[in-house]
Amino acid sequence: MRGAACLAMALLAALPAQAASPPAGASSCSGCHPPRPSTATPVPPLAGRAPAEIVAALRAFRSGARPSTVMGRIAEGFTDAEAAAIAAWYSGEPR
Amino acid sequence: MMRRRDVLLRGAGAAFAAGLPRLAVAQGNSGHVVVIGGGFAGASCARALRRLNPGLAVTLVEPVPVFTACPFSNEVVAGLRDLKEQQFGYDGVRGDGVVVAKTRAVAVDAKAQAVTVADNTRLTYDRLVVAPGIDFRWDALPGYDEAAAARMPHAWKAGSQTLLLRDQLAAMRDGGLVVIAAPANPYRCPPGPYERASLIAHFLKRHKPRAKVLILDAKDGFSKQKLFEAGWAALYPGLIEWVPLSQGGKVTSVDPGTLTLVTDFATHKADVANVIPPQQAGHAATLAGVADATGWCPVDPASFASRLQPNIHVIGDAAIAGAMPKSAFAANAQAKVCAAAIVAQLAGGTAPAAKLINTCYSLVAPDYGISVVAVYHPQGGQLVEVPGSAGTSPLDAPAATRAREASLADGWFRTITGEAFG
Repeated sequence: MRGAACLAMALLAALPAQAASPPAGASSCSGCHPPRPSTATPVPPLAGRAPAEIVAALRAFRSGARPSTVMGRIAEGFTDAEAAAIAAWYSGEPR
Repeated sequence: MMRRRDVLLRGAGAAFAAGLPRLAVAQGNSGHVVVIGGGFAGASCARALRRLNPGLAVTLVEPVPVFTACPFSNEVVAGLRDLKEQQFGYDGVRGDGVVVAKTRAVAVDAKAQAVTVADNTRLTYDRLVVAPGIDFRWDALPGYDEAAAARMPHAWKAGSQTLLLRDQLAAMRDGGLVVIAAPANPYRCPPGPYERASLIAHFLKRHKPRAKVLILDAKDGFSKQKLFEAGWAALYPGLIEWVPLSQGGKVTSVDPGTLTLVTDFATHKADVANVIPPQQAGHAATLAGVADATGWCPVDPASFASRLQPNIHVIGDAAIAGAMPKSAFAANAQAKVCAAAIVAQLAGGTAPAAKLINTCYSLVAPDYGISVVAVYHPQGGQLVEVPGSAGTSPLDAPAATRAREASLADGWFRTITGEAFG
């Protein structure tokens, strides 16, 4: 038993790191937002951006202060708390 | 943990003992997920699983070595784009450590948690993801079977059918009649028939200006309808006619020999007939026993777990995803939510809170794009729109906005195919 437990511990320690699950809604963003600027699209990458920048952009899209095509409608679908969680998560993603 | 290891070893042993040719099977130290179907849903899910937990073994079962994407294939039909731009291999998927098994699933044993593939190899799984896309219901429209599709192409799975429709249009006489038969809901890509009518009209206006497009529809309304109709009036006046269900639009039978489409009220003789037949979840859904009497697959909206079978998830066009349409964007979004749920569940947790976006662009012309978007969340066991999030492009936008959305559509295609296959 003891041996089995030690083996199990060793196996666990050898496991590759499991990435944290993105917060609600975040995984959909990469349907349009590319991981890197090298993709030929007018849509900017989100990874590595300051959280405050993403939160402010979503607020401005929602209010209409920043004109948009689809982002004004999408921003309506998220609360401030959800937007903050998504922004924090993307800021930690490697660029 | 022990059990999963055991299952994997047992699976590999069984195949070996039977003396069958050894198929490469993924082996991981925290579980094995088998994904059936390498479209937008399946490929995205396989990669997301590996990225969320590199310890997971993931096997993608897909017999076709090169995927041909449907979004933008209407541009191929209209002679605006090469089919090669629609095609993607699986090297990028393999690069993420997914084992791509170039074979077909022939049986699923949900109790034993095993998929049997064409060479009789058994792939045991901890979780199975069924992402088979659509199949056509060849028995649903009298006269329209697989042989008929060679004369009256559906072009609703991209590839040789897309080229057949393109070539028929190119060969058609000026003054000819193109008939598009649009199905009742639900079906793959709700705005697709109307984008197709638009881009065919774009082709006809330039090359066969006396020709016309007639849409015979089995429903009374369609996605982005006002935007399409405004675009048609502005760009193709008198060129496209839409006949809704209530005015006898539903095609009740076809005759491929004479290119005739019959409705309750009339018989239409076409020069080119594009019949988009009724659909159901792809065959693997039947194998897995995850499709219900509707032909589609009921799922839990937070995890995409099948409501009919344990340890099986269904994503993409095959799933009944409530208010979410059957689109590539939705398939990709569902794939990532499903992957996060599986990773959490295999680690002994529960599926995280889910929220999903769908963004669908359509082209009325190559430089005239329109969109529909919504955000969805689980409510009452189904995915519903988050209030205020759903809507289309404005009806009165300037040409610059339409051009911007066409450019965004192009960028979207690059990004999403990059995420799924690149």
